[in-house]
Amino acid sequence: MGEAIVVTSGKGGVGKTTTSANLGTALALAGKRVCLVDTDIGLRNLDVVMGLENRIIYDLVDVVEGRCQPQKALIKDKRFECLYLLPAAQTSDKTAVQPEQMRELVLQLKQDYDYVVIDCPAGIEQGYKNAVAGADKALVVTTPEVSAVRDADRIIGLLEQEDIESPKLVINRIRSHMMKNGDMLDVEEISQLLAVDLIGIVADDENVIRASNNGEPIVMDPSSKASIAYRNIARRILGETVPLQSLDEEDKGMFARIKRFFGVRS
Amino acid sequence: MNKQKQQNVTIKGTKDGLTLHLNDTCSFAELLTELKTKLLTNKHGDADQIVTVYVKIGNRYLTTEQETELKALIEENQYLVVKQIDSNVILKQDAVRVREESELVSVTKVVRSGQVLHVEGDLLLVGDVNPGGTVVAGGNLFVLGALKGIAHAGYRGNKNAVIAASLMKPSQLRIADIITRSEEERSEKEENIMECAYLDDNDQMVIDRVQTLPHLRPNLTRVERRI
Repeated sequence: MGEAIVVTSGKGGVGKTTTSANLGTALALAGKRVCLVDTDIGLRNLDVVMGLENRIIYDLVDVVEGRCQPQKALIKDKRFECLYLLPAAQTSDKTAVQPEQMRELVLQLKQDYDYVVIDCPAGIEQGYKNAVAGADKALVVTTPEVSAVRDADRIIGLLEQEDIESPKLVINRIRSHMMKNGDMLDVEEISQLLAVDLIGIVADDENVIRASNNGEPIVMDPSSKASIAYRNIARRILGETVPLQSLDEEDKGMFARIKRFFGVRS
Repeated sequence: MNKQKQQNVTIKGTKDGLTLHLNDTCSFAELLTELKTKLLTNKHGDADQIVTVYVKIGNRYLTTEQETELKALIEENQYLVVKQIDSNVILKQDAVRVREESELVSVTKVVRSGQVLHVEGDLLLVGDVNPGGTVVAGGNLFVLGALKGIAHAGYRGNKNAVIAASLMKPSQLRIADIITRSEEERSEKEENIMECAYLDDNDQMVIDRVQTLPHLRPNLTRVERRI
């Protein structure tokens, strides 16, 4: 029996889909059987980021409405034998699926896969409720912006009402120079405010955009900093203890980590 | 009880006026009839003077209608004014409300954006109130943590209520119906002292060190719950 992880954020454009794609790919890279589920019905794009758009025949709504078996709708990844994608429908909207149906579907997928990664749409309405319904764990993605953090806070509050493990935080698109100058919220500040465990920090990297546009998740490129960050998140999900990536110079990360270790607040 | 003849109504004169002791074991109708005859026979001699009446009804519970009926009956006599109807009993639901309004509820959680934590009495929150989160209390608010959202103390109109927080960085403070926004310049200073907010005599919100509270609100100290 596998584990279902929902990737959510509340706010749009913070990198839920990128995180889902890369986390799924990184887990597959580690040899796990992974199924990605896109629940952003009507605005799907996980398939685009994965470069699998032209292989879609059936989608989530077809499965839920019983027009085909889940196995038939699942698309095998180009790169990995053990990575599959269940795409969202583009022609319906979020109300085409009910949370109860999602719960059943995810339960079914968990029998066959080690990890079911659910990409959640932005917002806190029906689409969010569907995405969260079957999940065991949650990753909350935020960026170092006040608005994104506010929405993340709201989402964490909503997740606390669900039957889900305490969510883990991913801080995405960090620009180290801005953070250092105090123009951006820093990692400490965000994790202190949100009061949940930090599972990864990802630097802002142009290569991520480039890779997404090419339908090739950034994790496949081991030279990129963001790639290592996503791999680290995957390793932490697999239960390894991996230190946080330093953002810039070595000593800053070390220092911050030591401070965190001793619980010193800056 | 041990009077020679069972009397449902006893009238006693005190220096404050009259005290009516009404038996709580007979029926209400019985009580009213007896009271009526008693009041007619015992007409007060030295008229012209308004006499205040205290009514003690023992362990009887009166509905609002019965209370007005009783009051009207006594005040039929134009020189009598009912000052107080005193009963030993209250409804369970009233008792629960009184308890809720006076008890201190302690909660440990982070009140996040969009969440509202509402209590009838005092609130002791162990945790933060994040921006966009709201805490509301009928009494006082004590936040052991950072208060960055909205805090509303004494929401039923209690202007003596106070708000205290380990880190006072609220977006809005409300006590009773007085609302203040955080002043922008406050956010500049980075001293971590515990602060409290209260209304001064002119209904102005004041933020000060918590150490000032013992002088301002001495009744915050209480070993037993007030009821």
